[in-house]
Amino acid sequence: MSDLLQTPLHDLHVRLGAKMVPFAGYSMPVQYGLGVMKEHLHTRAKAGLFDVSHMGQVIVTGDDAALALERLIPVDIVGLEENRQRYGFFTNDAGGITDDLMLANRGDHIFVVVNAACKDADIAHMKANLEPDVSVTPVTDRGLLALQGPSAEAVLSALNPAAAEMSFMDVATLTLNGAECWVSRSGYTGEDGYEISVPNAEAEALAQVLLDHDDVEAIGLGARDSLRLEAGLCLYGHDVDTDTTPVQAGLIWAIQKVRRPGGDRAGGFPGADTIFAELENGASRKRAGLLPEGRAPMREGVPLFAEAEGGEQIGQITSGGFGPTVEGPVAMGYVPSEHAAVGTKVYGELRGKRLPLTVTKMPFTPANFKR
Amino acid sequence: MKYTEEHEWLRSEGDVVVVGITEHATTQLGDIVFVELPEVGAEVSKDDEVVVIESVKAASDISAPLDGEIVAVNDALADNPSLANEDATGEGWFFKIKPSDASQMDDYMDEDAYKAMID
Repeated sequence: MSDLLQTPLHDLHVRLGAKMVPFAGYSMPVQYGLGVMKEHLHTRAKAGLFDVSHMGQVIVTGDDAALALERLIPVDIVGLEENRQRYGFFTNDAGGITDDLMLANRGDHIFVVVNAACKDADIAHMKANLEPDVSVTPVTDRGLLALQGPSAEAVLSALNPAAAEMSFMDVATLTLNGAECWVSRSGYTGEDGYEISVPNAEAEALAQVLLDHDDVEAIGLGARDSLRLEAGLCLYGHDVDTDTTPVQAGLIWAIQKVRRPGGDRAGGFPGADTIFAELENGASRKRAGLLPEGRAPMREGVPLFAEAEGGEQIGQITSGGFGPTVEGPVAMGYVPSEHAAVGTKVYGELRGKRLPLTVTKMPFTPANFKR
Repeated sequence: MKYTEEHEWLRSEGDVVVVGITEHATTQLGDIVFVELPEVGAEVSKDDEVVVIESVKAASDISAPLDGEIVAVNDALADNPSLANEDATGEGWFFKIKPSDASQMDDYMDEDAYKAMID
């Protein structure tokens, strides 16, 4: 455990009685005293504060930083307006996804937030392919907090009223508790909320001020996972990876028209041919929301079948568990496209028994964004 | 009350034994969201896996602590698995077994020995 990295909130987590676990090379809080279920429900009812400082924060600068990033990311970055954010991913030559990420146009630079487990590879990938035209600078002196839930706006705007003026996927530089913070109105829970990049030295004080609000509880990675699962959001390395394409993963909404065939800046990213062929002809398999009929949770790795008995495996669950807000099990996974229509019944094999699941539209819980 | 190394508790009620898991176990497991109980009338052998518990974190199995017949299961627990977290040694019981050899109870720990084990 001793070689694990620590976030700037490590001492706070320990003081709050968090159960710390190794995650992506960091010692991270998986849950606090409330436990995963209550932490999840509290976030949907009021507000939760998450430490996501393990994630990679990267600044990309240069005259054509947005255009350069489009060589690696099949998203309209050139057309991303100042102080706006959007979702994207890096692709490989086979059209697979090497990481998913958030991109923000912060005026004189593009701010990129990537997954903790991929950040070293992502930074090397950007440096190798984009420098020297643009500079790629990892931000190592800042933590990242997420404040999520219906009370998030009231809580944050008490520190700076400008927070309330932001809409979903806006970004802004706000002074919060004396710290210069880079704030986005987004998150990974399906709730309204903010992600806040804060200087390491001021991170704990800001977290403490937010936690001092009656509506805010500290929330661990356990509830973060069940919240994003109910919201139908992909977890990199599980629901999307180098073997899944954006078309298979149901992420074509993130590839704007301008980057698709016929668009002004069509293609020009790794794997474009494969992805465009799938756009044209359809993918052989798709990521689907799956609702188990019984109460038994079906987790990652559970094999899926078309029939209650016999037949070959047709797919598998990539994320699954109990959804505290749904009050039952929820899952997502890959199934052949002919089995991906909403309402289709498939079977998961659990402890030697095949149990039915229904292909279901995601999210499992309605999104609560401030559009 | 007797205790197994797998954190089950056993309480004799006449000629049957009530079985559940300890508060220590439910705390370790976290919020319990699913419990699959055995069939009433099933003949089981000691160490047979008879119960599946799923918490928000993971699945685990509970073994029969004794040879015997399952004479009752806690249907309320199947409907509301959080009973195991809320009242581990009361409303959160799992099943009642009629042991074929009551002396198997002697193999298990008393409360002091169990407390010493989990400390």
